Amino acid sequence: MNSQAGTPPSAVRIFVPRDSSALALGADALAAAIEAEAARRGVAIELVRNGSRGLLWLEPLVEVQTSAGRVGYGNVEAADVAALFDAGWLDGGGSTHARAVGLVEEIPYLKRQQRLTFARLGLADPLSIDDYLAHEGLVGLKAALAMDGDAAVEALIESGLRGRGGAAFPAGIKWRTVRAAQAAQKYIVCNADEGDSGTFSDRLSMEGDPYGLIEGMIIAGVVTGATRGYIYVRSEYPHAIAMLNAAIERAREAGWLGASVLGSGHAFELEVAKGAGSYVCGEETALLESLEGKRGIVRAKPPVPALAGLYGQPTVINNVITLATVPVIFARGAAYYRDFGMGRSRGTLPFQLAGNILRGGLVELAFGVTLRELIDEYGGGTASGRPARAVQVGGPLGTYLPESQWDIPLDYEAYAAVGAVVGHGGLVVHDDTSNLAELAQYAMHFCAIESCGKCTPCRIGSTRGVEVIQRIRNGDTSDKQVQLLRDLCDTMVSGSLCAMGGMTPYPVRSALDHFPEDFGLRAEPKAAAA
Amino acid sequence: MFDADRLIARHCCEGRSLLAVLHAIQDEAGFIPPEVVTPLARAMNLSRAEVHGVLTYYHHFRTSAPPRVGVALCRAESCRSMGTEALAAHIEARTGCRFDAKHADGTNHGHTAEGAPVELESVYCLGQCALSPAMTINGTLHAKVTPAKFDALFEAACTQAGIEPAHKESV
Repeated sequence: MNSQAGTPPSAVRIFVPRDSSALALGADALAAAIEAEAARRGVAIELVRNGSRGLLWLEPLVEVQTSAGRVGYGNVEAADVAALFDAGWLDGGGSTHARAVGLVEEIPYLKRQQRLTFARLGLADPLSIDDYLAHEGLVGLKAALAMDGDAAVEALIESGLRGRGGAAFPAGIKWRTVRAAQAAQKYIVCNADEGDSGTFSDRLSMEGDPYGLIEGMIIAGVVTGATRGYIYVRSEYPHAIAMLNAAIERAREAGWLGASVLGSGHAFELEVAKGAGSYVCGEETALLESLEGKRGIVRAKPPVPALAGLYGQPTVINNVITLATVPVIFARGAAYYRDFGMGRSRGTLPFQLAGNILRGGLVELAFGVTLRELIDEYGGGTASGRPARAVQVGGPLGTYLPESQWDIPLDYEAYAAVGAVVGHGGLVVHDDTSNLAELAQYAMHFCAIESCGKCTPCRIGSTRGVEVIQRIRNGDTSDKQVQLLRDLCDTMVSGSLCAMGGMTPYPVRSALDHFPEDFGLRAEPKAAAA
Repeated sequence: MFDADRLIARHCCEGRSLLAVLHAIQDEAGFIPPEVVTPLARAMNLSRAEVHGVLTYYHHFRTSAPPRVGVALCRAESCRSMGTEALAAHIEARTGCRFDAKHADGTNHGHTAEGAPVELESVYCLGQCALSPAMTINGTLHAKVTPAKFDALFEAACTQAGIEPAHKESV
């Protein structure tokens, strides 16, 4: 208590994440406990509420700044706080404590990553403009402002960046179309309706590095001539919405947004729109309908949104990760980004390790890594300790991959070749207690719940799919039933307007092909090879 | 009690989409009172069918008063891989309520001035897939939920809401 009278010791910085994952495990109570304990002991600390590092299995991950670097303590609970102070964690003396995980930057899970899109994740308070500028913030925007618009579009094409939402359409081509379109008003829309189970990279980006997304959207506006932007965020992400609103307000005060972006003469305004719990609104045309205030019903294409998007005007609609990756491409150059990856999958993808996995979290790596490396070397195997059996890659519309396919490099084309999708880079691990017939039935059930109802194969087919799988599971394993299910899948794939109905058969067919025993069927050599 | 006209006057402003207005009304009133539909349609120059269509299309909007304790459990793939179905069975037994009952028995379409004591809802992904299973209780997010953790959180929520947690011995 007498520290105030004498020379105040320099305050030690302690980082407690404010990401919703940390909050869901009690980070607010933990932060309060740390402050109270420091006050009780009369030691000066500076508590920083940073974003998550993406090492989610360690949350809440507390970091203490020391002369050697930031020392981490994982899975900390409020009850641990007094003991951590006793162990001398403020003076670098806590390394023997059970919660200590060493220097965070040295944790192999983090150290071996290639973080480009997520270079800033967890380093600082996500809302601090000073910290953002200290970590390459606005370098990309300034470079883009100095470029001719056509050259900027060509640079984005050269970088090889493809839409990270799942469809993998070249972002630069989309931008070029919008730039060339003549209209009084053009729009930039960010698809932040991250509804796929097993994915959370958009959320981490918005909660942990909101200015990165904002900068990417401003660049999109400047390059294409769009002056208004919307970030459509799902209502299940209230923390992301709050973070973005706060960040946009500060960005506006700082002159990044408004009538003249950084004094360039380019106008750009940005606001957040909130979804309302509809999975299909992650489909771009349904999202645009929803943004206009209507039911989220899929539109027929053409026309593409780049020509007739929001309110019928030319619109760039890109996923969060696509837009949040734009700044680093302009900051470091297209060639720098393009040199990561393989084949036509250039750059990095933030993979999300989810489900039954020991070390779940965000792993950003160049394309070409395999599932086995991700699951074993990063993920550490299953959380249950049982053998992993199936991995669903790419969300609820993604294929279940059996172990025989875990060595295929994660690359859009290599996955497409086996009828799988990389999608948004989420992977959900299931152990050997899983029942793939039940999961296939759930896939159809989910489609029935979430179908927008516009096209028949999706609206009716999903309900019929639930029924047929139930009959098979009830013991009617006749060829007739199985053929019926396969025919239904064909109809949905070929006849649906969007990926909701068109891809729900992916998990169903892969379950049937690779795990027939779960349906009570005998494995067929022909099916296993498919 | 709410006043439909006043709610509309406060939240229905130039340039705001119907979705945004519905959000604003629900944020204030806790739900969308059915008597709002007609005046809202008039105020926004829409048909009643258009307002009704949007209101009932989206899972987020509710037309009955919110419960005192609302549990939303994720039932999607990642949480399934970590036992959310067994957790759901536990929660039903513990609370004596059924998941998604408000959809099944149609009470969501009626109007009750007071919400149910406890309501269980299935949701599909809360974005905590590395920390499954996840749920919210009265809007507060929780991850790595176990039956024991649920019981403690549920009891705390009931105490805060001033209701008696129903005890079912069939667990």
